[in-house]
Amino acid sequence: MNRILKNKIAAGMMFSLTLASISLVVLIGMGLYLKSAPIFKEHSLWELISSADWQPSSGKFGFLPFIGGTLWITGIAVILALPVALLTSIFLSEHSKPYVKKWIFPALDILAGIPSVVYGVWGILLVVPWVSEVLAPHFVEYATGYSTLSGGIVLGVMILPLLISLFVEIFAAVPRDLRDAALSLGATRWQTSKLVILRKTLPGLLAAVMLAISRAFGETIAVLMVCGNIPLLPHSLFDSCYPLPALIANNYGEMLSVPMYESALMLAAFFLFIVVLIFNTSSRAVIYKLERKFQ
Amino acid sequence: MKEFQYKNPTRATWAEDYSFLNNDLDNSKLEGDKNKKSNLKVTDLNLYIHQHHILKNVSLEIPDNKITCIIGPSGCGKSTLLKTFNRLIDDTEGIRYDGSIWVDDVDIFDKKTEITDIRKKMGLLSQRPCPLPMSIYDNITFGCKLHGIRNKKRLAEIVEEQLKAVGLWEEVKDRLHAPASKLSIGQQQRLCLARGLAVEPEFILADEATSALDPISSKHIEELFVELKKDYAIILVTHTLRQALRIADHVIFMYLGKVIEAGPADEIFNNPKEELTRKYLEGAFS
Ligand SMILES: Nc1ncnc2c1ncn2[C@@H]1O[C@H](COP(=O)(O)OP(=O)(O)O)[C@@H](O)[C@H]1O
Ligand SMILES: [Mg+2]
Repeated sequence: MNRILKNKIAAGMMFSLTLASISLVVLIGMGLYLKSAPIFKEHSLWELISSADWQPSSGKFGFLPFIGGTLWITGIAVILALPVALLTSIFLSEHSKPYVKKWIFPALDILAGIPSVVYGVWGILLVVPWVSEVLAPHFVEYATGYSTLSGGIVLGVMILPLLISLFVEIFAAVPRDLRDAALSLGATRWQTSKLVILRKTLPGLLAAVMLAISRAFGETIAVLMVCGNIPLLPHSLFDSCYPLPALIANNYGEMLSVPMYESALMLAAFFLFIVVLIFNTSSRAVIYKLERKFQ
Repeated sequence: MKEFQYKNPTRATWAEDYSFLNNDLDNSKLEGDKNKKSNLKVTDLNLYIHQHHILKNVSLEIPDNKITCIIGPSGCGKSTLLKTFNRLIDDTEGIRYDGSIWVDDVDIFDKKTEITDIRKKMGLLSQRPCPLPMSIYDNITFGCKLHGIRNKKRLAEIVEEQLKAVGLWEEVKDRLHAPASKLSIGQQQRLCLARGLAVEPEFILADEATSALDPISSKHIEELFVELKKDYAIILVTHTLRQALRIADHVIFMYLGKVIEAGPADEIFNNPKEELTRKYLEGAFS
């Protein structure tokens, strides 16, 4: 067989595999949509996402508490994890001695590999009591600790290893010449990291954060163990909340005799799917713009 | 400064077509606008990376207001030596060195020496131009701001002054705030030179700074070096003997981590004392 033919076959196969994985995404999206479609016969989309009234047995499906809960928890997780991850990875890649890296990277891999449920147990044993007994008394009269904040903390710790290893990888890709250029102008290491490396890697860092957020959106078990799961929109960090994935995991398979209930859960899954999709595409657009600006 | 006299006719042709060399500044003019004295002296420098002995007993002196070319086959330690001058080599894993390098009578290996002060004295030009990820304007002001110049008007003056010094002003004055990465590679290299000059160094270190450039840009940079030597001590690591022949005033020949021979360019090129140097010049190895 000649080389050109081989190349053509290889290219064709890769193309069809790509096509297959793209169509898989489309199929999942369509499946979720079709399954959730019945609910739109009785409620409008706007009503579903703007109402906070969740009483499935009386036919009321307000998704706002779940959407709000997801956003809160993810937001807290990123706000907590981002500075820690940035400083840690700058330290690791720009300032630390090689043997420090040799110890920390395996530790990060272990952290990243711990099953989600273990983080949940850790959350119940340590984070929840800490929030309820140490932190909350300063702000509110009574709190169980099963709260938005606990969920955010646990989720933040969970995305930390992912963020750090992505960041370190991104910093490692910066050519040494660029560091040398800044250093040779008399910049300190910290100035080099802050003014040049961070700037150069901004698109990559942003992409990493987006990736971590998409992952955080869908994280289920650990979060549902510590966030209280009460379908009300949280008004403070110490209120319980009920994120979308937890809703699906807790209820799918039960109570399906309630009319429209399955359809509602499918809609929750569809929301998650859409949010992650939008997030990924829009982040790509941002990254593309930034890359063109700074190259 | 003496003009080169090429006794060997084959070698003479290497330097063809570079008439700008004849515009050499005469010494009397040099002494006039120069009062600082740049001084770099290396004594008994030994450098190891892990177990490898990379630089062996290097001792040399860099003359001021001259272009010093470091030549030698690839892998002989030229880049390493250059990076030791401003201690960029410190970031290399497993690095160890002893001996001393005196810059204006300060030992740069001394613990009390502020490393940023040393680096400020040495403008670095790398093999591939490496603009900082910001605008043309910010590239030039980057170093100035680090060293405390905040005045907007002063900064704008410096930008214009340095861009003019490298002949880039006319080409970029209308797009100072465009990303530096948008420039052509030859322009980028001149920008990098201007950026280095803006922090008022005493030395210019260039590591094969023209090897990534097209012949015209390359010639442009060479002309700049010749122009700039009235104010700076210029140290070039060069990948081509031709370049050294064209612009070197002083030559250091290295081989396997040792300085084999150093001296005025015409002496080294026309009358090398060492057999190794002679062989290298005749192209016996590269
Ligand atoms: N990071 C490093 N680790 C190990 N050896 C190195 C390292 N950097 C350079 N060397 C070795 O040092 C020697 C000199 O390298 P270099 O200074 O780059 O040579 P040149 O610039 O003259 O081509 C080479 O033999 C090279 O293999
Ligand atoms: Mg080299």
